[in-house]
Amino acid sequence: MFMWIIKRDLLLAMRRQSDVLTTLFFFIIVVSLFPLSVGPEMNMLRTMAPGVVWVAALLASMLSLGRMFANDYVDGTLEQMLLSPQSLSLLVLGKAFAHWLVTGVPLVLMAPVLGIQYDLPADALFVLTAALLLGTPVLSLIGAIGAALTLGLRGGGVLVSLLVLPLYIPVLIFGAGAVEANMAGMDFDAHLSLIGAFLLASIVLAPWAAAASLRVSLE
Amino acid sequence: MAINWFKYSSPASFYSLAGKMIPVFVFVSVVLLVAGLYVGFFVAPTDFQQGEAYRIIFIHVPAAWMSMFLYVVMAFWAGIGLAFNTRLSSMLATAIAPTGAMFTFIALWTGALWGKPMWGTWWVWDARLTSELILFFLYIGFMSLQAAIDDPRRADKAGAIIALVGVINIPIIYFSVQWWNTLHQGASVSINQAPAMATTMLTGMLIMVLASWMYSIAVILKRTRVIILERESHTAWVAELQKKGAIL
Repeated sequence: MFMWIIKRDLLLAMRRQSDVLTTLFFFIIVVSLFPLSVGPEMNMLRTMAPGVVWVAALLASMLSLGRMFANDYVDGTLEQMLLSPQSLSLLVLGKAFAHWLVTGVPLVLMAPVLGIQYDLPADALFVLTAALLLGTPVLSLIGAIGAALTLGLRGGGVLVSLLVLPLYIPVLIFGAGAVEANMAGMDFDAHLSLIGAFLLASIVLAPWAAAASLRVSLE
Repeated sequence: MAINWFKYSSPASFYSLAGKMIPVFVFVSVVLLVAGLYVGFFVAPTDFQQGEAYRIIFIHVPAAWMSMFLYVVMAFWAGIGLAFNTRLSSMLATAIAPTGAMFTFIALWTGALWGKPMWGTWWVWDARLTSELILFFLYIGFMSLQAAIDDPRRADKAGAIIALVGVINIPIIYFSVQWWNTLHQGASVSINQAPAMATTMLTGMLIMVLASWMYSIAVILKRTRVIILERESHTAWVAELQKKGAIL
């Protein structure tokens, strides 16, 4: 069931590749806007880089949340999934994982390139990528709750940002903090461990909460 | 003598109970408010470091406490409503949210007014200020989610889930922000060590806290009554009330 839902969602995403690319290019454009707005001073850009990349990743991941359930909701597939005897939490976990593969992984792969734009040193690039790799699945998992709650609502897209962005704050703090600690010559293990802890906690709790939200939204 | 507590979980009987309780709480709250403000402004001595400006504490601290406490109470009732499917609990949660958001806003506002003469700045990215701001965002998220859903039962349950997710996240957010703050110590002002307070200051503050409690209860009961009327407008007992002219 878990593998099946991932395969299905990936196939659907591959059939509509422009959606994936839109999210990725949104990420690239947002990151590229900052040097244009604050000036190309390299020292400042270097200190800003982790924060800018993380905020852009947060926004990009959030903007694509609408797609997680919306299409299945419109064509009735979601209702069939709710009626199936399989565990709904597992299904949500699969959908969140597929969402991460489609939106999170491209961001992670693109981040080092954008880091070079900001003149980050090599090991900071590595830490940035590692932090994003651990952190972006948390965004997809927490986002699943928001996406499930706002299913089929007026102005759901803006509403989901109000619900989800405050909950993203810990990931943002430690994600950007890891890179900053590395650039300041400090240990970044603790930051990564904490993001890992968020990931484990959200794997356990978020699918359950999102499944409950789906039941509320579809009842 | 066994009291049937469940009697008042029916909106109809709660409506009349709340109607009787509101004047009591309003009265107590006004008395405490006057007493607290009197102690705060006339009895409590001037602070030798902060001068008269410290007196904003009598509004700031109760507001900050209420803002955090009300979120937990709101999540509690929303959770009860979700678990036991009791309509009244969810209505209560919905009624608490605006009051909580108001206290959060007051705490931020008075904090800024206090910060200007004390630290020379309206805002610092201190751990407490930042988490209070995030708490405000959580309240706004809860209220706008409920406002966006037309079906009241779905709004109750969706709100309950987001409130519970928020209440799990509040400690995580608080400690993240605190850690973030210690990493960026440079620009911030340390307000961690509270100076010893004169007894009258403390008394004034505690009276104001009690006044805020009473005020919150009164307002929340009133708002719950309005929500009950709105949702039960199709029932016979509301129609009867209307006929008697008890409600407009």
